[in-house]
Amino acid sequence: MFEILTKEMLTPIICRMKVRAPRLAAAAQPGEFLIVRADEKGERIPLTISDFDREEGSVTIVTQRIGASTADIIAYEAGESFADVVGPLGQPSEFVKMSPEELAGQRYILIAGGLGTAPVYPQAKWLKQHGVPVDVIIGAKTKDLLIYVDEMKEVCDNLFVCTDDGSYGFKGMGTNMLEHVVSKGHSYTQAVIIGPMIMMKFTTLTCKKLGIPAIVSLNTLMVDGTGMCGACRVSVGGKTRFACVEGPEFDGYEVDFDEAMRRQGQYKAEEAAVNEKHVCKIGRGK
Amino acid sequence: MANRIPRVAVREQEPKVRAKNFEEVCYGYNREEAMLEASRCLHCKNPRCVTACPVSIQIPEFIAKVNEGDIEGAAAIIARDSSLPAVCGRVCPQETQCEGSCVLGVKGEPVAIGKLERFVADYMREDTAAKNSPVSDSEHKANGKRVAIVGSGPAGLACASDLAKWGYDVTIFEALHKAGGVLEYGIPEFRLPKDKVLKPEIEDVTRLGVKIETDVIIGKTVTIDSLMDEEGFKAVFIGSGAGLPKFMGIPGENLCGVFSANEFLTRNNLMKAWREDYLTPIHAGKKVCVVGGGNVAMDAARTALRLGADVHIVYRRTEAELPARREEVHHAMEEGIIFDMLTNPVEILGDEKGWVRALRCIRMELGEPDESGRRSPVPIPGSEFEIDTETVIMALGTSPNPLISKTTEGLEVTRRGCLVADDKGATTRPGVFAGGDAVTGAATVILAMGAGRTAAKAIDEYLRQQP
Repeated sequence: MFEILTKEMLTPIICRMKVRAPRLAAAAQPGEFLIVRADEKGERIPLTISDFDREEGSVTIVTQRIGASTADIIAYEAGESFADVVGPLGQPSEFVKMSPEELAGQRYILIAGGLGTAPVYPQAKWLKQHGVPVDVIIGAKTKDLLIYVDEMKEVCDNLFVCTDDGSYGFKGMGTNMLEHVVSKGHSYTQAVIIGPMIMMKFTTLTCKKLGIPAIVSLNTLMVDGTGMCGACRVSVGGKTRFACVEGPEFDGYEVDFDEAMRRQGQYKAEEAAVNEKHVCKIGRGK
Repeated sequence: MANRIPRVAVREQEPKVRAKNFEEVCYGYNREEAMLEASRCLHCKNPRCVTACPVSIQIPEFIAKVNEGDIEGAAAIIARDSSLPAVCGRVCPQETQCEGSCVLGVKGEPVAIGKLERFVADYMREDTAAKNSPVSDSEHKANGKRVAIVGSGPAGLACASDLAKWGYDVTIFEALHKAGGVLEYGIPEFRLPKDKVLKPEIEDVTRLGVKIETDVIIGKTVTIDSLMDEEGFKAVFIGSGAGLPKFMGIPGENLCGVFSANEFLTRNNLMKAWREDYLTPIHAGKKVCVVGGGNVAMDAARTALRLGADVHIVYRRTEAELPARREEVHHAMEEGIIFDMLTNPVEILGDEKGWVRALRCIRMELGEPDESGRRSPVPIPGSEFEIDTETVIMALGTSPNPLISKTTEGLEVTRRGCLVADDKGATTRPGVFAGGDAVTGAATVILAMGAGRTAAKAIDEYLRQQP
């Protein structure tokens, strides 16, 4: 069992939890993810690792209520325990494996959309700690859905926040913000884009236009997360890759986003049926 | 003297009824039926069945006990060599092993060794008087030496059982949330009931003192090096199986509605999608094509059937070459699975929304025998045709997961990604042993158990030599 040490609601539907998982915390790196199974009857839900504390033996996860299983995860309280938390899964971000020489001269722009802000945080933190220049763009539909704004300020050189409706920061989407920032004279050698599939698709196109190489982190379907099921397969540069073990980060220029989006929605009909009949087992889901 | 009667038939669920439920297909023998079947054994002086058994169960000995009605005695004899008799009695390919070499099979039907093994195990579990008796007749003192086992499938469980019986302090690390490996995620409920059969059998292993730590992925959560250098394990056995699915590499394989058999079966078995009270989604649709002819193909096909689909098995050779257990093929046919033999997919066709619409295949004929001695299938030019289908399940075999070999110094693998190990299970790294599908590529439960036991002996020898 994996005890929830702290819990806070960042928005009405996004929740941050610190969970005790010493083996996982000891091994975790930026870019990797984990899988949570709340209880015996729950699904295995892949979630990004938004922070880890090796001394405390804890990992931080941020969950947005999307369907029945994520609602169940959010319904847990501090002091209670998840049945399973397993990881770290996937490959660490590329920069983790780069030498100081390779990192010298790099300037990163990390572009986060919605819930994707959570996994961007440990990446910015790592780059900042290693003295690599890093700017961050956080985009959300509206002010109430923004997360990690204060935390992010601490771990990057420049933070740019935008909302689709202009209720906070720059009015516009991440793509508009990026073009604006670049037009003001900022230049970057590498972009990392994490957010909804559609946002990653269009932000990659903007990066391409601006000539900035783009890495994306794909949140595909998966069951085991260790290469067993193949539910996560994506076409990258015309080749089939398993996002769980070879990803989740890939060269955005090479990813077939349209196929990835279709595959992500593969169980929509079945899930709608489950959500319809699902009554949160714990009773605090709403 | 042996009783000259025909093989005692085993009771099964009606095909039409079982095609709609996930209850076990075969009911097995009762005590009277088992004693009667046991009376058929000739008790050969040189029992070929024992030689043919990968774990060398003393088959005539245990059958003699069943014949006398001493089921506990029979169980004790089996327990000397097998830690999973209820499982093996159900899933072993007896027709190519023990029963395949039974002398009675030359002119008639061999003794139903598998069904007798299953009866003994089930009786011990279900009969309250027998339940509390010890599972093993061997006892050893704890020696305090720690051994780590990677994977809780058949190889790992067999290796762990033997080592625990000899006094080792054994911990099994399992990547998934439940122990059992392929027995849990791969083999369906209707062939191997999980709570009724598998769980108690794994509990028997833990009763020997074996600890099982789930949710630990060796190669990610911890490495073999850290287990040995930091956690004090003196030896490691890798029984991580062959979990990576193969695809054909034909156009259309990433369409929605194309699944690996691993995904389909894991959703249904480990994640219990077939049960209303579990949240796991699964997609079968009205018509399913399963590609392949092994046990996994049969399991996927029969699972899809039970989820309400019309199911075709598409196989490039003929019925005679099907690698699945004969009983599974027979059961699948009885249940109404359609077999499209000498048929090979060339492309998966999609609709405008990116979902599977049809499987485009080509007819095959058998040509010259290949290296394996099987006649290899050759496409007949111009014979392409389409099978309308909503779902395609690829059951083409699996290969070992590279997570461990990639993260462990000095561990060699073959070109096919299998761990290199000698006939005792020793890998190229001192103190690290391996066996089962991780070494051989996908094979059977019982061969994996045999390899686990062989490695256990080698680990014992190795650790006795260590200071």
